[in-house]
Amino acid sequence: MLRLPRFVTLVACLMICAMLRPAPLAAQADTPLQDVLQAVQPLVASPSRATVPQVLAALLDADAPGTVDFLRAWAEREVHERPDDGLFFYARDGADRNLILIDIDTGEVAGDVSSRDVNQIRPNAGVRREINAALVSFELLNPNPDRRMAALAAIARSPDADQIPALESALAAEEEARIALRMERLLDLLNARFATDSATRVDAIEGLRGDISTEARRALNQILQTRADFAPDIPEDTNVARIRTPGEDMDLIAAYATLSDAGLVPPRQGRNAIRDALRLNAVSGEVGGIPVHRLDTDEMRRTAYRALQDAGTVPPLVTQADMEARVAEYIFFDAYLEPDAAVTDAARDALDSTRTAISLWQFLGISLDALSLASIFFLAAIGLAITFGVMRVINMAHGEFIMMGAYTGYVVQTVIPNLTTSLVVAFPLAFAVTFGAGVAMERLVIRHLYTRPLETLLATFGISIALQQLAKNIFGTQARPLTSPDWLAGAIQVNDVVSVASIRVAIFAMALAFLLLLLFILNRTRLGLEVRAVTQNPGMAASMGINPDRINMLTFGLGSGIAGVAGVAIGLVAQVTSEMGANYIVQSFMTVVVGGVGSVFGTLAGATLIGALQKGIEWFNPANTLAAQTYMVLFIILFIQFRPKGIVALKGRAAGD
Amino acid sequence: MDIPRHTAAAPSSRRSFLRDNPSVMWFMGCLGLFSLIVTILSEGMGIGLISTNLVKVLGMTLCLCLIAIAMDVVWGYCGILSLGHFAFFGLGGYAIGMWLMYARTEIVIRDSLGRGTIPPTELEVSEAVAAQIFGVVGSSELPMIWSFAGSLTFQLGMVVLVPGLLALVFGWLAFRSRVTGVYLSILTQAMTLALSLYLFQNDTGLRGNNGLSGLQNVPGFLSTPQAIISIWFFWASAFALGAGYLLFAWLVSGKFGSVIRAIRDNEARVRFLGYNVEGYKLFVFTVTAIVSGIAGALYYPQAGIINPAEIAPIASIYLAVWVAIGGRGRLYGAVIGAASVSLLSSWLTGGGAPNIDLGFYRVVWTDWWLVLLGLGFVLVTLFFPKGIGGLFDYLVRKQ
Repeated sequence: MLRLPRFVTLVACLMICAMLRPAPLAAQADTPLQDVLQAVQPLVASPSRATVPQVLAALLDADAPGTVDFLRAWAEREVHERPDDGLFFYARDGADRNLILIDIDTGEVAGDVSSRDVNQIRPNAGVRREINAALVSFELLNPNPDRRMAALAAIARSPDADQIPALESALAAEEEARIALRMERLLDLLNARFATDSATRVDAIEGLRGDISTEARRALNQILQTRADFAPDIPEDTNVARIRTPGEDMDLIAAYATLSDAGLVPPRQGRNAIRDALRLNAVSGEVGGIPVHRLDTDEMRRTAYRALQDAGTVPPLVTQADMEARVAEYIFFDAYLEPDAAVTDAARDALDSTRTAISLWQFLGISLDALSLASIFFLAAIGLAITFGVMRVINMAHGEFIMMGAYTGYVVQTVIPNLTTSLVVAFPLAFAVTFGAGVAMERLVIRHLYTRPLETLLATFGISIALQQLAKNIFGTQARPLTSPDWLAGAIQVNDVVSVASIRVAIFAMALAFLLLLLFILNRTRLGLEVRAVTQNPGMAASMGINPDRINMLTFGLGSGIAGVAGVAIGLVAQVTSEMGANYIVQSFMTVVVGGVGSVFGTLAGATLIGALQKGIEWFNPANTLAAQTYMVLFIILFIQFRPKGIVALKGRAAGD
Repeated sequence: MDIPRHTAAAPSSRRSFLRDNPSVMWFMGCLGLFSLIVTILSEGMGIGLISTNLVKVLGMTLCLCLIAIAMDVVWGYCGILSLGHFAFFGLGGYAIGMWLMYARTEIVIRDSLGRGTIPPTELEVSEAVAAQIFGVVGSSELPMIWSFAGSLTFQLGMVVLVPGLLALVFGWLAFRSRVTGVYLSILTQAMTLALSLYLFQNDTGLRGNNGLSGLQNVPGFLSTPQAIISIWFFWASAFALGAGYLLFAWLVSGKFGSVIRAIRDNEARVRFLGYNVEGYKLFVFTVTAIVSGIAGALYYPQAGIINPAEIAPIASIYLAVWVAIGGRGRLYGAVIGAASVSLLSSWLTGGGAPNIDLGFYRVVWTDWWLVLLGLGFVLVTLFFPKGIGGLFDYLVRKQ
């Protein structure tokens, strides 16, 4: 019933012997490997799938040192035969395309020959697979634990019934708990799919219950594969997954088409088939007594077809009633490929048991995504929270400051090749550049427009398009890469369902740092005090000895500088293009407005809300991020209707109006 | 809208309206003269000095002038800086574009299917049309919103209704909760962004970022040369601009105009005087949105293609730029701004202008035009808040 290859038995013996190798059999190790090989010389020199087991058996009997290395070299086509005496050698490339032969037993150089003077032994793919399988079994017993884990990983990649006995014997000998655990898991995975008796399989499947790893779920899903089938009565030995009712959970036409494909019923004539039949049977502008030009409705066409049918020229029309009657004669069902119902039931139970856990983990994953998106929105908007939120200056060029910061990072990276150093330089430099740009803009333009907020919007928009085009002229339209250093490149893998890119964690940390820094500056420093004073009442602040001009300039510079630093961070996760700022500007404004103008915590709340919302909507329709953005903007428009002052509304004097 | 009758108002007659607003006569005269000159010089109807392409550009410019005066009324007169009027413009374009595209495809499909022995059924035609139009986004079903795309009357109704209703609902929501100033600007910008993101999706039934194309071919006149059609559209655009100018000039000249200007200058005071400020704003917002939709419906058949990028928030900001450069609060200012900036822009970016070689650097206009526009705009905002139209004040004062 089950074809247990000779090979499996062989490997099992091999394992047992190999396990015992260190102790009593050591005496036999006197036989050199070369002699063992020479005993089966022709089988080694020209191996085939049929002969490999004999070679392996011979090697096993002799248990010569270096057997594993030989097997690997054999599979990798590194073994060469010297035709003169039939001896085998390893070889490495020498000078002048020559090969340096290496003795199999001693590892010493045995000569330098032209590659034409020796035969390379080339086992075919089938042979190599057998050798590698034997090798995996060998590796499972390797004293080096890393090698054993690697062998387990190889088994997990290509599971096979043959590996069960090898794994069982290796498990018996395993001493390290970590590896033993992994072996047990793999054994469950293998047994669940390949074990011979139903009880073992059900046991193994029980062992996988609640396991959310991809490999466990894949194994279970493979057990639960189905095929669609139909029959007059359900056959005895079929393991039915579900029975389908045509017309309800199965399309009637599709069900009928299945029958007609199987040749059980005449094919149904679709609209095209009817038209083609009519076209073929058109005689002198008429079909079945109806003029051709009147055949422009389905009703007329069917009438004409019936006329042809009565004349016997075309097969009878299959009507809805016909289809229903014929389909009713059969039962349509999905059947498991796996015939054993106990196994499929257990597998379905086990899979269902993971569902809640997976949803929870996925929810956590989405939340982490949302958090990461929220930090990006927060970074993009935090500078705006100062210039717009505190100073009430609409700066449409804010996005361009972000872009400027990102390009500063790019330029620094082209100058300093070390990625970590260049980042360390880029952050302060980006701050300096955009701080300067912000101060210049405040001095030259915005200062004159404090009383005309709508015109500030327009003037800064003018600056925005000019800066965008300038960046395009300097750096081109192509997206420039901003590479993160290696220590930020990976991902933190929580389990098979949830993983977070390190760079996103770093950005989150940075957003947090910015929040704290800004709170510190605004609430705990002299500058912050003066900024708040000027914002609330410039005249009174001036009479207290504060220079409002200077404070406005510094505040605007601070907001712009932070935008620049955020630009470097955003550049690490997004493309650096001249239009990158424009992509963030509307969302940044919405973040500030939704959060509540004038409050740093408001901006935080706004970013969190928008990030969570966007990811939440994406959860329902993962393929369509555009739809998520659309609904998010609509939500924001509605939200502002009900809370025009945002989530964190300032009260009293701080509200400013 | 209750606008109380003012007993002291002069008997409103056409003569007095025109006498009060000499600029209307001037404008109408210039527009008529311009149309006449373009017609005489055109390829289609005249001596052929102006290429068909240029006629189209001029016709499109007239449409932009129309939306610019709408923008001027809502911003320059009523003080609502709407960054969403180009969305209404695009919606008008989409509404007419659906008919143009559907009807033309239907003609082509009927023609090719009709060549067979057996005439096609209605279902076959509409399926073939749907496959033809939506094949590009990987679908072959006609979306619901295209159900009446074959009817010109219905789609013309949509040109007015869709922007009008959107403006009405949005404006009602926004004005009701007293969102004003820059917040309103950002909110309208958010609306525009949402709309363009929505249209960018492939499954919303408007062909995603492919947009609607081939709009220059007017069903029923497929054999008429573009030279003639372009002139027709030019006339229609000129007529629409003239009618729109008259409408708005009349609207802002009377008592209604005084109220909306007062709202612009001090909204709270007007409210305390007992006026329904929200009603006035909503009326202005909706009417200008409808006019924008009509302008779009005339613009896109001349442009030939419409896609969601046209609706992106930046387009609406450019609209504000035109009006600001031309001069807010005067209708002819908006026309001057829109015409000069958009014509200059297409001249400089279309490769029409000669590049300047400075020796050390070659100034390529396509690269530098936006920089120039941006900085120019900053200068206008800072130093000439009245825009180009402000120059007329000097002239009038000198007289």
